[in-house]
Amino acid sequence: MNGIHDMGGMHGMGPVKIEKNEPVFHQPWEGRALALNLAVRAGRGNIDNSRHGVELLPPADYLSMSYYEKWTARLENILVAGGVVTREEIENGKLAPGSPKSTPALTAAMVPVTMGRGAPPRRNVPVAPLFKVKQRVRARNINPAGHTRLPRYARGKVGIIVRDHGVFVFPDTNALFQGEKPQHVYSVRFAARELWGEQASPRDSVYIDMWDDYLERA
Amino acid sequence: MSTTRRGFLAAAGATAAQNAAHGQDHEHDHDHQAVPSDPALRVKALESLLVEKGLVDPAALDALIDTYEHKVGPRNGARVVARAWVDPAYKKRLLENASAAISELGYSGMQGESMLVLENGPKVHNLVVCTLCSCYPWPVLGLPPVWYKSAPYRSRSVIDPRGVLREFGLELAEDVEVRVWDSTAELRYLVLPERPAGSEKMTEEELAALVTRDSMIGVAKVTSPGGHA
Repeated sequence: MNGIHDMGGMHGMGPVKIEKNEPVFHQPWEGRALALNLAVRAGRGNIDNSRHGVELLPPADYLSMSYYEKWTARLENILVAGGVVTREEIENGKLAPGSPKSTPALTAAMVPVTMGRGAPPRRNVPVAPLFKVKQRVRARNINPAGHTRLPRYARGKVGIIVRDHGVFVFPDTNALFQGEKPQHVYSVRFAARELWGEQASPRDSVYIDMWDDYLERA
Repeated sequence: MSTTRRGFLAAAGATAAQNAAHGQDHEHDHDHQAVPSDPALRVKALESLLVEKGLVDPAALDALIDTYEHKVGPRNGARVVARAWVDPAYKKRLLENASAAISELGYSGMQGESMLVLENGPKVHNLVVCTLCSCYPWPVLGLPPVWYKSAPYRSRSVIDPRGVLREFGLELAEDVEVRVWDSTAELRYLVLPERPAGSEKMTEEELAALVTRDSMIGVAKVTSPGGHA
């Protein structure tokens, strides 16, 4: 979706604010919010759907909320959308009568192994690559209303494939639970001037990881 | 539970698709859930609900927080960098198969499943960003700092990397090539900074202590104790 989250190349966001000796969490609730998201995701959903959940927040909220406020709102929305929790339960802080009881997907004892393994996004399936290293490609001009990882600033631009990363889950379909659609991901080098015009340095470039479905021959 | 996993997935997918299709009307769905005035209370209430429903084990939350607050952080990445500086064979493995070389030191997992290492040199400077969200190599750097997730860094790193670097106090010469890596997929990037001059006699452990988080994102260089880059 052409949302506020797709920020590459925007102006007006101000200088980068750098905090010296920044703590991992500024408040204890931030750690709880992170952990709640990870614990729930260990049992249901996927990272693409989670990312899409943040993108679906209203743009004004997206800009004004802190990072972990967004994670909290996203988690509430995903749980409500999945029928796991009702909006009334969230607002009242009380379980609805007859609410079913589950078993946690992640226990404390499982945390080191589960986090140490992660959620591998590679798929060991024989999918032929549609492009090859050193090939000139154009990022397709697509504007899906759902989730995509093709940033707006690259659409329609021409780059060179510098690396084939192998086969990965395709986020656009996976985010909506429409299948993993495994395909090759490439590192594509775009000259800074191709992206931004003459104002950019002639030496500089941006490397963007792109799936087969994002590319066409150029 | 009454909602099966399949049912949950289908419902969530349908709602997400519906939300996406609604476009402009989407805001109305959220009118009744304004920005929480006290996020601490909001999170606490949500945790209570999920614990009562048996979806979340509070001890697992404690363990997750402990992991990212105390165990996994940029010291991991610094050890990887220091090893690469003192051991050419390790550096070769790191550049060829980063995930395997990093797991040799015991670091792996969530948000670092597919790693790539980018080597900085006198004429090439690599810089990592995630313009779309906050992708970051957790096993080697821990959780990202606020600035990395912020709109200014995400918006400008790709269009004005030299200007962004200047805000971090790093002025690059015109003849240095800047390569910005936008983490749009599941590859996670770690910058291998240049070993500073004057560090030739330092031990691996001493070198690791010099390596900063920022140098492994590419917004800083590593300076030797004498202050030389």
